[in-house]
Amino acid sequence: MSDQAVSLSVPSGAAHADALGPSGPKPRHIFSRRNIFLYGTLIVAALYYLLPLYVMIVTSLKGMPEIRLGNIFSPPLEITFEPWVKAWSTACTGLNCDGLSRGFWNSVRITVPSVILSIAIASVNGYALANWRFKGADTFFIILIVGAFIPYQVMIYPIVIILREIGLYGSLSGLVIVHSIFGMPILTLLFRNYFTSMPEELFRAARVDGAGFWGIYLRIMLPMSLPIFVVAVILQVTGIWNDFLFGVVYTRPDTYPMTVQLNNIVNSVQGVKEYNVNMAATILTGLVPLVIYFISGRLFVRGIAAGAVKG
Amino acid sequence: MAEIANPSVSIQNLSLNYGAVSVLQTLNLDIAEGEFIVLLGPSGCGKSTLLNCIAGLLDISKGRIFIKGKNVTWEEPKDRGIGMVFQSYALYPQMTVEKNLSFGLRVAGLPKEEIAKRIARAAEILQIEPLLQRKPSALSGGQRQRVAIGRALVRDVDVFLFDEPLSNLDAKLRSELRVEIKLLHRRLENTMIYVTHDQIEAMTLADRIAVMKGGVIQQLDAPQTIYNRPVNRFVAGFLGSPAMNFIEGQLEAGDAGAFTADGVSIPLDRYEFDKDRGSAGKPCVFGIRPEHVAFGDAAKAMPFTAESAVEIVEPMGSDTLVWTKLGGRNFSFRVEAEKTLRTGDPIRIGFDPARASLFDTPSGNRL
Ligand SMILES: Nc1ncnc2c1ncn2[C@@H]1O[C@H](COP(=O)(O)OP(=O)(O)OP(=O)(O)O)[C@@H](O)[C@H]1O
Ligand SMILES: [Mg+2]
Repeated sequence: MSDQAVSLSVPSGAAHADALGPSGPKPRHIFSRRNIFLYGTLIVAALYYLLPLYVMIVTSLKGMPEIRLGNIFSPPLEITFEPWVKAWSTACTGLNCDGLSRGFWNSVRITVPSVILSIAIASVNGYALANWRFKGADTFFIILIVGAFIPYQVMIYPIVIILREIGLYGSLSGLVIVHSIFGMPILTLLFRNYFTSMPEELFRAARVDGAGFWGIYLRIMLPMSLPIFVVAVILQVTGIWNDFLFGVVYTRPDTYPMTVQLNNIVNSVQGVKEYNVNMAATILTGLVPLVIYFISGRLFVRGIAAGAVKG
Repeated sequence: MAEIANPSVSIQNLSLNYGAVSVLQTLNLDIAEGEFIVLLGPSGCGKSTLLNCIAGLLDISKGRIFIKGKNVTWEEPKDRGIGMVFQSYALYPQMTVEKNLSFGLRVAGLPKEEIAKRIARAAEILQIEPLLQRKPSALSGGQRQRVAIGRALVRDVDVFLFDEPLSNLDAKLRSELRVEIKLLHRRLENTMIYVTHDQIEAMTLADRIAVMKGGVIQQLDAPQTIYNRPVNRFVAGFLGSPAMNFIEGQLEAGDAGAFTADGVSIPLDRYEFDKDRGSAGKPCVFGIRPEHVAFGDAAKAMPFTAESAVEIVEPMGSDTLVWTKLGGRNFSFRVEAEKTLRTGDPIRIGFDPARASLFDTPSGNRL
């Protein structure tokens, strides 16, 4: 009893210790062993990843004479954007000398339709597999899962032949189809698992309300699945944008995606190695996935499904 | 039970299997127009499965289902004239209450004025008018359940299906909503099929209760009949809290017969046998409910009395449950809360065998 009376007289939130022992929140020490260890590890890990980025940015802002001095960690004495401009618009990649700009637009033209197509199909696939247990659904699902584990290299040549036969070899639409197909197993799995985790009774209620296959998908399931669509977009944009193998196999020089062009710039054997241009080109190429991460991180709205069931 | 002339719902020889697992076996059930029927049974006995079959949410393996005289066995849920209320409420989280209520009507393409009219009526009946513009996440459990009922209400259907609608609510709210559902039934006079494993809900709401076990309806009768004349030992033990007392023993021959077990002999001349009593020496189980046991002076007037001693006293507020021994078995009975009994007190108990139930031991059926 007296114990309680004492703790009531202390302003809430204040740490306080007296004859009766500790009361209120436990005091925290900033330089506790735990904190030092935790933040120490985090800082080391952050440095490990940030240092190369720092070197890249610094180098891309230097002129070639300065680079030849060899101090890769020193900041630029004279900042120049020349390498960035060159990387974007005049660097030579094989036959063309119009920089990465061509590859950038090619990549956009590949990524946008591939992402939309693959996610649209995979989400419907996953929804059908999760909620409409049609005949053979399990077999279909197993085939898809197995598909996710087949190494790409095995399928490269057969797909070349297929694309040639249907007349899409070397075109951007051919590559879009390839990306959509290869994204299918993992995306379908992703969506199936998400839709399976949604309350079954919600689906049943919608059926009693008279909604059909598309009605339930578009009006009930879609509005509840923003988080998983964001995940799928991140996966697909980074995967397709960063793809090199399919790009180099299924396109021609004038339809090369940005990654292939970057490779051609960085690995060109003629002339001097222009490190500053290479660094600028690399950063430019990596910018799109980076931007996606920053934007979509905010979109990860949790608790979209909250309130559907008891709680 | 007399044949029902124009059943609102009629289930004929319904079977449902999941692969090799048989959940419902040749089940028959006729439900009268405007009847409130409760499916009661332990977890996993197939109550929800039966309800989903009626709703058309599961493909049945055998049999037919008629609603309002129409064979709906192959119909889609929306065409069966049913409304369903789910245990988890299953409200569409991204829609406001109003949109939740109107979803089915919008899908059906009803005119706007008609939708507005029906929502207004349902909201008035369930008193959820102030909540119409809220999302389900901003509602309490009881309010959500009301909206879920409203969603069935606006569809203007003949048959309401409830799948344990109150089991997610706390005890107080549950008893409040129970009364509301009863009033709702009185006002609407629809046929209602209500699944629960709560016997209080079943007893208070039902016109008839169907007690299920292992996919088979054990007994289908008015609550009082089920309570007082259970057809088998399972039904007798499942209903009633505190549970019925069971004493194992055998039948004795004699003019009227008697039940004997471990030093007690209970005369059965007042017991109404259901069927032929069978031979003497037949093993059977004698069951009597705790509230049918008299105590003290009242016991003296009973056809059967026995002396015993108090073992445990369990005060339950409104009354007190006392445990003693009879026929070598634990035996409980109820006394008023004011009675102060202590462990070891000698007592006299008695009861009228006419209120008891006698079951055949091997089959468990009522004798
Ligand atoms: N998809 C399924 N595959 C196989 N068995 C199933 C499936 N769904 C349900 N069952 C079985 O069917 C039986 C009946 O299930 P049901 O959901 O109808 O029980 P219930 O009476 O509603 O129980 P509860 O009171 O717990 O809700 C259970 O034994 C369950 O294991
Ligand atoms: Mg159930």
